[in-house]
Amino acid sequence: MKVHNVTPNDLYWKIRYDASRCTLCGSCVSACPFRAIEPKVERRRMVFSESEFPEPKQRFSAVPVIRQTHSIKNYCRGCGICEKVCPNDAIGPVRNPDTRHPIVTRCLAGDSIKRGGRKNLESMTRTLDKIRVGRISQMTDPSLDAQRHTFDLLAPFGRILPPKKLPLGVSPEGLLEMQNEAPPVRWIYPVVIGDMSIGALSWRMWEAVALAVAYLNEQCGLPVRMCSGEGGVPVRLLKSRYLKYMILQIASGHFGWNRIAKAMPHMVEDPAGVLIKIGQGAKPGDGGLLMAQKVAEHIQAIRGVPKADLLSPPNHQGLYSIEESVQKMFLSFNAAFKFRVPVAIKVAASATSVSVFNNLVRDPYNIVGGFFLDGIDGGTGAAHEVSLDHTGHPIVSKLRDCYLAAVNQGRQGQIPLWAAGGLGKTGDLAADAFKMICLGANGVFTGKLILQMAGCVGNDMGRCNACNTGLCPVGITTQEHALVHRFDVDRAAQNIVNYFLAMDQEFKKLMAPIGNSSLPVGRSDALVATDHAVAEKLQIQYVC
Amino acid sequence: MCRIGAIKSVEYVHPSQALLLMQSQQKGHDNSGFAMVMHDLGGIFEAYKHLPTLSLACTDEGVKIAEDILHAAGFNRVMQWVPETNPQPGLDINAMPNYLFQTYDYPKHARNIEQKEKEELLLNMRLKLRKALENDEQGFVYSFWPDVVTLKEIGDPKDIGTYFNLWESDHKFTAKVITAQCRQNTNYDIVRYAAHPFFLQGYTALANGENTFYLKNVELQRKLHRGYIGFESDSQCFLYTLHYVHRELGWPLAYYKHVITPLPFEDIERREDKAQLLAIRQSLAHLEINGPNTIIGVLPDHTLFTCCDAKKLRPVCVGRNEEMVVFSSEVCGLNEVLPERDWETDIYPHEREIVTVANDLEVQRWKQ
Repeated sequence: MKVHNVTPNDLYWKIRYDASRCTLCGSCVSACPFRAIEPKVERRRMVFSESEFPEPKQRFSAVPVIRQTHSIKNYCRGCGICEKVCPNDAIGPVRNPDTRHPIVTRCLAGDSIKRGGRKNLESMTRTLDKIRVGRISQMTDPSLDAQRHTFDLLAPFGRILPPKKLPLGVSPEGLLEMQNEAPPVRWIYPVVIGDMSIGALSWRMWEAVALAVAYLNEQCGLPVRMCSGEGGVPVRLLKSRYLKYMILQIASGHFGWNRIAKAMPHMVEDPAGVLIKIGQGAKPGDGGLLMAQKVAEHIQAIRGVPKADLLSPPNHQGLYSIEESVQKMFLSFNAAFKFRVPVAIKVAASATSVSVFNNLVRDPYNIVGGFFLDGIDGGTGAAHEVSLDHTGHPIVSKLRDCYLAAVNQGRQGQIPLWAAGGLGKTGDLAADAFKMICLGANGVFTGKLILQMAGCVGNDMGRCNACNTGLCPVGITTQEHALVHRFDVDRAAQNIVNYFLAMDQEFKKLMAPIGNSSLPVGRSDALVATDHAVAEKLQIQYVC
Repeated sequence: MCRIGAIKSVEYVHPSQALLLMQSQQKGHDNSGFAMVMHDLGGIFEAYKHLPTLSLACTDEGVKIAEDILHAAGFNRVMQWVPETNPQPGLDINAMPNYLFQTYDYPKHARNIEQKEKEELLLNMRLKLRKALENDEQGFVYSFWPDVVTLKEIGDPKDIGTYFNLWESDHKFTAKVITAQCRQNTNYDIVRYAAHPFFLQGYTALANGENTFYLKNVELQRKLHRGYIGFESDSQCFLYTLHYVHRELGWPLAYYKHVITPLPFEDIERREDKAQLLAIRQSLAHLEINGPNTIIGVLPDHTLFTCCDAKKLRPVCVGRNEEMVVFSSEVCGLNEVLPERDWETDIYPHEREIVTVANDLEVQRWKQ
């Protein structure tokens, strides 16, 4: 025995195995993408007596069994795929509260721990769960009927001019006329599917999201938009009419933009928008990270890169100030689509977010078409665990701070605010989004939850989170054919569509009791908080 | 709930008509106050239409403060009317010691300035007076504007009428446009300023219902104009939006409706002027009302209008004869003032229109 040998007791998950129920079909071993279990032959000794009095005899046998690998490389992530495929309920992962994994891994590898998912440290209940929609319309301002009333559930994406700067003039007939162009603004569903790239996602998962978005638009009448993430877009989609549902993302690696630029002359529709990613809530200060194991041939083609770890730089090279970012990036991307496509910015929530927002809102070109603010609870395909768990800023108060900064200048709504970072974490996105809207958001964006709709088994208590390995057990964040084959594109798309339809009803069930038929952006009087500190910070009513 | 009403007439009418209009609706409100704004004045004010009249309720000290400020600014009083009050015992009225209606000539330096500058000067003076009289509630300045007087008081409207002798019609105190409302007990504190109609630079507005986007409205309006202050009632927002859209932006009245109750997006998409309507909806999203409301308004040219919320959750009806058009929350008000009218021509405005009454009493219905 050597004390430094890794055993399952050092790992996050221990495999529960019942040899008496196992049929030795091998399904679990072949299904585990992490090779965390393996077949083994055990030598068994059986002592028995065939007489009335003990006359011990022994028999030896070689028994095939399944066992957990003892390795910090091939360790069990708790995804539960073995349990899913086992016909006899003979195997499954069990959480190990005595894990030494964070220490052992660092000691053995000399390298920081990387993973996917989102922050796994939960020390308190969420701020949003301390807030309720507490201002109910009764008597003089009646509640509406969520089933029968019509609701305007749309949010702006694009720069909105102050009223006095609108290019409107009065005609001799007494009608307002547009005398000049105004910045493009698109009214879209208040939940944008957040930026997850082809590469981070399997091509089939990305396709499922795109399918769901097209279906929601064309069959359900919900103008949902999807952001491409930094990693390009399939050329066929770029040249199709469905491009109008896509927000193209550019980040510091510029991955995929060679193809996008080349496809521009062939585009039959404008994209829904351009999102310049400066930062990400899950790993603020870090650029994107796509591990080499996920850079499959088709990813190399779309991005125009060799098979290697793809690291987007932490900042946009050549931008040293907010003024420069406005002048260079925003103007050039606006110009690229001849000022027809709104251009927005995504930043990680930070102690400095309000300063950045103030600078953008005062920009004299009126060109920043949205401020996407991403909080610490946001998800990612790959990041250093220390970044995921310990860097970043919660979204709720930061969004509120930005909104109130705009109110203070009488500029609310001029740069639409979009918030993300753990919204819908409990599975209930409508409630989270609605509360954020009352606090001043125009809309929200979500990524991780979309994966969970599609079948992702990861959670915020350390389950799976292996998106970085390229070994996603459900085929969502992998480029391995065998794993992607497990994924049912149509079912995933259907799940996403159904979730949005359910959420749409729930939005109405939240708007109806406060008596509003259009989104109550900034209507913080509709909210109450059961926590004094939360109420004070967010400037809403405290109740108990 | 408030009951609101308005009279527009080709001949000058006495406020007793407004009291009559409102009294029949008293079961619908709590009889906690009475307020009215009169435009296009007759009687003793007719000769002074071009000069600003101060409407003030104040203490003795308040009179002095106000007059000193106006004199220091160069305004000269040319006329004063102090209504004879009738303080009988048992009247339900929470009266101020003094009610003054004083007409002033402009300061010398302002007599030949542009009309717009004069209007800014008058607003500045009113705001200054209001601030100076706020300490210890020395007084309440309701309006300081040519051809407009305002009266607001706390108590039973019937008793307020008795106190000011408003039940007895005469030719001294008349106007062609009178708007009135009978409720002081707003959802917020009982403050004299909280009673509508509200007045700002020639614009008057009164409303009933709840402004559910009050907070959104207030947060934006505070930064839009120095005259957008107070917010003692959520209905003040309707006046400020009217002032902003019509005066500050210079848009025709029809667009007021597009601002406060924008069309649903799917309707906008079908319109030829969708670019304009979307631009309005976007840039003025925080002035949407989205509550159950009926609004009555008066423009500086004395046009009277009314419109409702987009869900049509508050009533209003319009009745008329050759000489008069009357707006009322309830039809019983019309029956009281215009018993002989042809009720088949009454208008019950729907949720997507503005009904306007011009000075020649032509009634127009503008569909949004």
